[in-house]
Amino acid sequence: MTITNYLVLAAILFTIGAVGVLVRRNAIVVFMCIELMLNSVNLTLITFARASGTVEGQVIALFVMVVAAAEVVVGLAIIMAIYRTRRSASVDDVNLLKY
Amino acid sequence: MPASVPVDGLLSVAWLVIALPLAGAALLLLGGRRTDRWGHLLATGTVVAAFVLAVASTLQLSGRPGHAASIDLFTFIRTGGLDVSAGLLIDPLSAVFMLLITGVGALIHVYSIGYMAHDSGRRRFFAYLNLFVAAMLLLVLGNSYVALYVGWEGVGLASYLLIAFWYTRPAAATAAKKAFLMNRIGDVGLALAIFLMFAQLGTTSYAGVFGEVGLLAGGTVTAIGLLLLLGACGKSGQFPLQAWLPDAMEGPTPVSALIHAATMVTAGVYLIARSAPVYDETPTARTVVLAVGAVTLLIGAIVGCAYDDIKKVLAYSTVSQIGYMFLAVGLGPVGYAAGIAHLLTHGFFKAGLFLGAGSVMHAMDDQVDMRRFGGLAKRLPVTFVTFGLGYLALIGFPFLSGYWTKDAIIEAALDRGGWSGWVLGGVAVLGAGLTAFYMTRLMLMTFFGKARWTPGVHPHESPPSMTAPMVVLAVGSVAAGFLLVQVFPLAEWLEPVFGEPAEAAHVVAPAVVGIVVTAVMTVGVLAAWLFVGRREVPTTAPVRVSPVVTAARRALYADTVNEALVMRPGIWLTRALVWLDNRGVDGVVNGAAAALGGSSSRLGRAQTGFVRSYALGMLGGAVLVAGALVAVTTA
Amino acid sequence: MSGTGMSGTAMSGTAMSETAMTALAAAADTGVVIGTGETIVFWVLGPVALAGALGMVLSRNAVHSALWLVLTMLSLGVFYVVQEAPFLGAAQIIVYTGAIMILFLFVLMLVGRESSDSVVETLRGQRVAAIVLGIGFAGLVGAGIARATEDLPVAGLAAVQGTEGGAAAGNVEAIAGVLYGRFVLAFEVTGALLIVAAVGALLLTHTEREPGVGRSQKERSRARFLTDRPQTLPGPGVYARANSVAAPGRLPDGGLAPSSFATGIEPQRVDELPRTGSAGAEREGLPHAGGTDAALGTIGGATTGPVPGSGEGAPR
Repeated sequence: MTITNYLVLAAILFTIGAVGVLVRRNAIVVFMCIELMLNSVNLTLITFARASGTVEGQVIALFVMVVAAAEVVVGLAIIMAIYRTRRSASVDDVNLLKY
Repeated sequence: MPASVPVDGLLSVAWLVIALPLAGAALLLLGGRRTDRWGHLLATGTVVAAFVLAVASTLQLSGRPGHAASIDLFTFIRTGGLDVSAGLLIDPLSAVFMLLITGVGALIHVYSIGYMAHDSGRRRFFAYLNLFVAAMLLLVLGNSYVALYVGWEGVGLASYLLIAFWYTRPAAATAAKKAFLMNRIGDVGLALAIFLMFAQLGTTSYAGVFGEVGLLAGGTVTAIGLLLLLGACGKSGQFPLQAWLPDAMEGPTPVSALIHAATMVTAGVYLIARSAPVYDETPTARTVVLAVGAVTLLIGAIVGCAYDDIKKVLAYSTVSQIGYMFLAVGLGPVGYAAGIAHLLTHGFFKAGLFLGAGSVMHAMDDQVDMRRFGGLAKRLPVTFVTFGLGYLALIGFPFLSGYWTKDAIIEAALDRGGWSGWVLGGVAVLGAGLTAFYMTRLMLMTFFGKARWTPGVHPHESPPSMTAPMVVLAVGSVAAGFLLVQVFPLAEWLEPVFGEPAEAAHVVAPAVVGIVVTAVMTVGVLAAWLFVGRREVPTTAPVRVSPVVTAARRALYADTVNEALVMRPGIWLTRALVWLDNRGVDGVVNGAAAALGGSSSRLGRAQTGFVRSYALGMLGGAVLVAGALVAVTTA
Repeated sequence: MSGTGMSGTAMSGTAMSETAMTALAAAADTGVVIGTGETIVFWVLGPVALAGALGMVLSRNAVHSALWLVLTMLSLGVFYVVQEAPFLGAAQIIVYTGAIMILFLFVLMLVGRESSDSVVETLRGQRVAAIVLGIGFAGLVGAGIARATEDLPVAGLAAVQGTEGGAAAGNVEAIAGVLYGRFVLAFEVTGALLIVAAVGALLLTHTEREPGVGRSQKERSRARFLTDRPQTLPGPGVYARANSVAAPGRLPDGGLAPSSFATGIEPQRVDELPRTGSAGAEREGLPHAGGTDAALGTIGGATTGPVPGSGEGAPR
């Protein structure tokens, strides 16, 4: 077993998150999928940090966590605002911005 | 040609001749209603002052060597190779015109004081008249073709404004537009001629052009000559641009007398006479001038026989008489003096005739239909006598003005020799007979016979301010010809301009010409008496007439020809261009826009608004990028 | 992929020079050998993480999705710890599973049960295309990474963060050194980002009611009488032995009042009041004649028969 295992696992998790974004319609679940993608990237960062022998990767992973937290806060607030006006949390219902 | 002697005395302020009427026009136009009460007097005063100044200048001029004075005023255009300095050229030719314009102009201003006394637009009228006099003086006094062109357009503008003086009448407005447009055709010719001169010679001053015109290629000179002739035809109402002049009679009668009889319409004759050195180089263009003059002479005379409108008859008479002048100046050196002399005498008697016609109209409540006149001789004695003298002068009654000058032209035409001389002379003699016919008809219908007045019309003689100029002009009509030909020979006076007149080899003895012309004239008078004077004149024009009369009544189909040859093709062309513009140009533009709009609206269908569709596209792109990376790094 | 391997070696060499060539010179050549314990952990928790991810995507109920995601995140936290990042492992568990996922669940509860998806896919071809593209993406990236890193030596972090009590600092100190050193500006900016995010969330969820715009009692009364149901909704637990929101109200005939069902909660059948008193006493309006203890009842007690209308979400 090498660190490649971690990286491939991270790639698979990322793909699952991406496919989840595409197939789920509940905005909150879509958000969870995005979190999953971010987490898989974090795993990659930490693995490479270990491989290269520096902690910069870990620091960047930390930043990713902080930004993800901020993003979740704002995103969920937006979902709440939308839900209040439209009584729906489906991303398909928010489709006015089109041709 | 320009004298080397420095200009001094009154000649140095000769520009005042132009400036005075111009200042009058400006004052009247800008002064507004506060000049209403005395504006007409001011305008008349400026022209009278200009006349006095012109007389004094001419007297001083006669004392100078070469009888010429060139006065530089200021630089008008200096750019690159074109250097036009505004200046005046006073030589015998322009002096003669200056005297004619200011003299007749002053008389007509005086006449207008009476004629326009009750018109609400009197101040405007006098302002335009002053503007016209100034522009016309600039036309004849300028020392270059550019100055001439400025004056040329100025008189065109004044003519337009004055024809449309009663602009609330549709007929007047239409006539003004027609005059302006047909003049424009001629003006384009003149402008092209000036461009050609500048392109070929680099100068537009008379001295420069005439000094170098001999160096040009024959074709170029012919082109310049023909283009100048086009300009002259437009301004002088010559064939084929004669149709506007009769319509221009919609303007007030003093305008008809001053602009459309005595002065402006003779500008074409002036142009051709002034450009004599050009035409000396091109016999072709000169022959065209001859042909135009002869054709117009006949057209005007024939059409004049058929009209019942007194002013239009006089207008066609003007067309015909200017045809005589063109014929004369087309003959070359032998005819210049004769043409200019006829121009001067014509200025006198035709202005007098128009003023008389105006007096008649004044008496008849502005009616112009001669069939409603008749028997006016007793009611309008002064008008009758002055008009009659003008009439006699026009038809060439022996020893009156027209006799001397018209005979000189006919002689010159016959002296040309060969078949062309006989044809031109014959045409001129025939024209004299026709002139006698239509003028006698006019006299008989207006002043003799029974009164056929419209009920309610009470003819009365005009006020002295109107009759006095008529009297003066009548005296001029009687004496001018004799004075100009016999006492102060105009030919000698004009010698510095046109050179020594060649000694004419008379083909026909002058005495014989005089007798023949007088005989033909008598035949014309008698014919008119037979056709018109003997019988009762019907108050409405007979309908069943010969085709010749019908053609003449329609001005020999000039308008019809113009419509068929110019107007309708123009309309078709316009429609085609509009169609092309709508379908072609706009079609390309709109088509491109529609194609873009259509394709973008179709492409816009991809923007479903579903975030997940967009995300799918992003994932597809990511796959492509990843695939590309793998492919590149593997290779 | 020797180029990648070379660069990895060079990088580790640079890191070595920065740490003054203290020790572990052999690590530059051979690197850290991943031990058996870590292998076992990976092969146990890797499938668990995958299962959590798949479960999150596939479960219909959003709450279940959140719980599946928690599972994955916990697994990843363990991976972090195993990979010499104990601080991040702790942060993962505390921040992600502890804070962020709780926030998710909080919002899910606010939004309510209707947030679960319907099974029908509305966009034509979306699922098929997403799965095909996903497999392609995973294949390409996975294969690419596998080929790129199969020979990658693992330098390990012992040189920079050392062991506890050693010359080098621990993991937290190492991170702090970099975070407050090279990345201090980014750190400060991140603080600003968090403030902005907090203010933005407040702003987005805040609803302002202007004074005076509220409807008066008269207006509200009129509006209510324009609906089908002018009277007030029945409260939960009326005529029931429990006053929980899960206990629906009862109709006078003893049936459940659908209009009293609470949103998002399945109505629970509760025991009826014991009819201890005389019928006359009940008729006289003394429902609690059986005593206080008996009147309290129990939720989820012996249900007597199917609950009518429990399948519906009972939206108001």
